[in-house]
Amino acid sequence: MRLTVNGKPRDVDAARTIAEFLHAHDVNPQLVAVEHNGRIVRREQFSDIELTEGDALEIIHMVGGG
Amino acid sequence: MAVGTKRDGAVPLTLDEIRRYQRQIIMPEVGGVGQRKLLDAKVLLIGAGGLGSPAALYLGAAGVGTLGIIDFDDVDMSNLHRQILHGHKDLGRPKVESAADTLHDINPDVQVIGFREPIASDNAMDIVAQFDIVVNGSDNFPTRYLVNDACVFLRKPLVDGSIFRFEGHATVYMPGSGCYRCVFPSPPPPGAVPSCADAGVLGVLPGIIGSIQAVEAIKLILGRGTPLVNRLLIFDSLDMEFREVRIRRDPSCPVCGDEPTITELIDYEAFCGGAAASVLS
Repeated sequence: MRLTVNGKPRDVDAARTIAEFLHAHDVNPQLVAVEHNGRIVRREQFSDIELTEGDALEIIHMVGGG
Repeated sequence: MAVGTKRDGAVPLTLDEIRRYQRQIIMPEVGGVGQRKLLDAKVLLIGAGGLGSPAALYLGAAGVGTLGIIDFDDVDMSNLHRQILHGHKDLGRPKVESAADTLHDINPDVQVIGFREPIASDNAMDIVAQFDIVVNGSDNFPTRYLVNDACVFLRKPLVDGSIFRFEGHATVYMPGSGCYRCVFPSPPPPGAVPSCADAGVLGVLPGIIGSIQAVEAIKLILGRGTPLVNRLLIFDSLDMEFREVRIRRDPSCPVCGDEPTITELIDYEAFCGGAAASVLS
């Protein structure tokens, strides 16, 4: 399955949901916000939203420095 | 009508002010009326560090009349590669004092109000309430949530910025149009954040993000242009790329949602080895 992740194309096989995608990429879901096809997804829904061919994901890491 | 002419009861610009700000006054988007707005504006900077330095320098130079700066820290050698408000001669001085000196050197007309104290639940509301706009240059998550919540409660625009290593974020949260918690509802759990002292940051990076914050604050004061509202700008300096993520108010947001569960300020525990303000400070 081909997704667009942070603006770049990426082939993803092992992930059916956002939660699985984050897990497969070693991303702690508590440290990111995720935009799925232009909508910010609530953290509790990461396991519910299924990914399909052509989806766009933005993984936004929490950045706290100043 | 001449720029310095009294109009609508506003205090006219002085000859020195006209000379100092002429290059921006001649732009129709600013003009004498806009310059008066800048001179009358009160902006609070959270932190006189990496982000606060360029933001304060440009806001002060542009003639923003009152700059509040809250920072309890002293200038350390490790600050100097990015915190351009402070110089080698300022080592060991309180940052608010060093910042005031630098700003007065550039523009003696700016009133700098320094708060040499940590911002916390017991002083945040009183301090934020004194200003029109808050520019966030905080260096830690507990302060970010505190400042966000205070701005929601007091309905103050929050010009947000943050940096980490080579990446920076910037956005503007306007009252009623979403807040930091709409994107990141709760702080990262203790221990989950990489060791802040070791993480590092490119010195130039806050120069870019802090300057973007200054632009946005000036636009809000002037009421000109399209503010960076409902758009999170993500800057990757390694690839030299800007991305934009659409953000919006979450009706279930714990602080600005329809049924908020957070109705007073929270002092979160420090996440980074117990030193909340040591992070990239």
